[in-house]
Amino acid sequence: MSATEAPVTGEGPTSPTDNVIEVRDLHVTFAGHVSLVAGLTGKKGFEAKAVDGISFELRRGEVLALAGESGCGKTTTARTIMGLQEANAGEIVFEGKPIGKKLQAYRRRVQMVFQDPTGSLNPRQTIYEIIAEGLRIHEIHNGPNGETEEQLVGRALSRSGLRPPERFYLSYPHELSGGQRQRVVIAGALALDPEVIVADEPVSNLDASVRGEILQLLMQLRRDLGLSIIIVTHDLGLAWTVADRIAVMYLGRLVELGPTEDVLLRPLHPYTRALLDVVPEAGGIDRPILEGEAPDPTKIPKGCRFHPRCPVVATGRAEELGILDKCTGEDLMIEPFAPDHGVACWATKMGETPRASSVSAVSDPGSADPGSSG
Amino acid sequence: MSLLEIDDLRITYQTKGGPVPAVRGVTMAVERGQVMGLAGESGCGKSTIAGAILRLLPSTTKVEGKVVLDGEDILTLSPGRLRAVRWAGASIVFQGAQHALNPVQRVSDQIAEAIMVHGQASEKAAKVRVGALFEQVGLPPRRIDDYPHELSGGQKQRVMIAMALACSPSLVIADEPTTALDVMVQAQVLRLMKDLQRDLELSMIFITHDLSVLVEVSDVLAIMYAGKIVEHGPATEVFYDAKHPYTRALAAAFPEIGDERFRRKPTGLGGDPPDPQKIPSGCSFHPRCPLVFDECPKREPELLASGPGRRAACLLLEPAHAHAATDNA
Repeated sequence: MSATEAPVTGEGPTSPTDNVIEVRDLHVTFAGHVSLVAGLTGKKGFEAKAVDGISFELRRGEVLALAGESGCGKTTTARTIMGLQEANAGEIVFEGKPIGKKLQAYRRRVQMVFQDPTGSLNPRQTIYEIIAEGLRIHEIHNGPNGETEEQLVGRALSRSGLRPPERFYLSYPHELSGGQRQRVVIAGALALDPEVIVADEPVSNLDASVRGEILQLLMQLRRDLGLSIIIVTHDLGLAWTVADRIAVMYLGRLVELGPTEDVLLRPLHPYTRALLDVVPEAGGIDRPILEGEAPDPTKIPKGCRFHPRCPVVATGRAEELGILDKCTGEDLMIEPFAPDHGVACWATKMGETPRASSVSAVSDPGSADPGSSG
Repeated sequence: MSLLEIDDLRITYQTKGGPVPAVRGVTMAVERGQVMGLAGESGCGKSTIAGAILRLLPSTTKVEGKVVLDGEDILTLSPGRLRAVRWAGASIVFQGAQHALNPVQRVSDQIAEAIMVHGQASEKAAKVRVGALFEQVGLPPRRIDDYPHELSGGQKQRVMIAMALACSPSLVIADEPTTALDVMVQAQVLRLMKDLQRDLELSMIFITHDLSVLVEVSDVLAIMYAGKIVEHGPATEVFYDAKHPYTRALAAAFPEIGDERFRRKPTGLGGDPPDPQKIPSGCSFHPRCPLVFDECPKREPELLASGPGRRAACLLLEPAHAHAATDNA
């Protein structure tokens, strides 16, 4: 570990009420396929409720992780925040004002970093052109202090760790390594001097040893430029290394939201517990594993949408607590439970937390003989 | 005798841009019933080794050394004998199940085909065997006549596993078997493979860049860098007490939740994995190594004993430099 790794952060956001972005009761629905006959008779196909009523805020200067299985709506949420996907209901509020339909000015201040750096860079443009394109689209010919376009491009590249920047001006994406390409993507975002960066799985396509460097870069930019960052990830270990708060999503809803330490070390929702149980660790293959595949957003279960997979229901604990009817029949939203820590779970409302409940008693029936471990 | 013995394996791809040495002298053994985890970044040669064990590499590739499976040198087998060894002696589970399955053939027929080609059973008996395999890998029997597109990603990977087990091989190679899967499904598939490995007393080679997955399923770990093994030993010891600086960096890329050393402190290596055509002089890791010293670019370290059952290739582990290692650690 190098000596430059002094504490990368301060104590996170300056004040809990200083929100850069507020997501209010957001709904995003994708229409399903409809056959011709069904369409003519006015029938509708299955609708996929990718995001089904979520609200949260991004505080100034914080790193917020959006976590969950694939299909939970985390990427759709990120894309909707970026204005790349239209919401069916709800609104995105940026610095106190709804973003509405005029997105150009907003897009300059909120920039996205995608998962696959190779796919997000035009292979026929030089690195200089790629970075300058954003400036030109936004008609930024000079920086706030009279910088030229070249100075702005150079500054963005060197902030992203591509130094000296001149060396990269005339390179093409294919001449760079995967890590360097992701730095170019980040430089493209930085050139516009944004307040917010939304990063969708920014390191999952990168080699293991390079990941840490890109994450370090994001942390350093947060510190130096005061950026607020939303990071979409399925990797809770990654969230541990960068995030101030974690929002756990399941089937289009937030099921738990709170400070990283609380959510990861003292989870309140059985689903969060289940996600933690599948994080690989030495000798840990015999831990309980949630059954079934990622759920289908076209068929959202009644009641708590997690109940068909929930260990609290499966072990009969919900019945003991007298909440089975609620779990299987009454929908619920995330509610404050502890200071700054919200959860959507009937059992938690009864004072049950996953650690105390019998979550660990449910195991995969495929491994009928857990005692045989070596 | 070990089930698989690889001796000084050297593999060079022939490309338009000249020869590319992908594996540069690897010696290792897999014991019966043992799971070996092979870790490293893309381009380090780990999948090339898998290809060599099953002789799946392009015919122009230059392969030197020995790959001895159950007493037979794979590299010199006749085509007929090779066909017999593939699937029945050693089989492989690939990363992308959706690309490895034939989209227009029922999954049961694809598995049965492998059994019949190897003359292990009649068509009728093969069907029965497929049913048993389905049960073994946890697939519902009603899925037996499905086409691949009707199955989910996790189910397809289970079909691949069933196919790999169809001819009762003694060695199964799993090349990034869970990388394309979602977190929850990944855990389910890993559990299944580990259970099958124990029940059937299989030997396995598990290949992935994700060291945290490997340490969960493997008995021993081999860490590769630039076509060579740089560290080797019992899995948990290598993961928690790495002797090679590269292994340490790789382990730190998958930090444990709750470990305060990594809280808000992502750690990574500088630089990028080396281009196999431009491998640095001396220790190939030296341009990225946080502990580099003047001798590293000049001399290539050998794999030396670094503890009971352990080996590592780092000049700092040589007796003359041992003090420097402890000073820097």
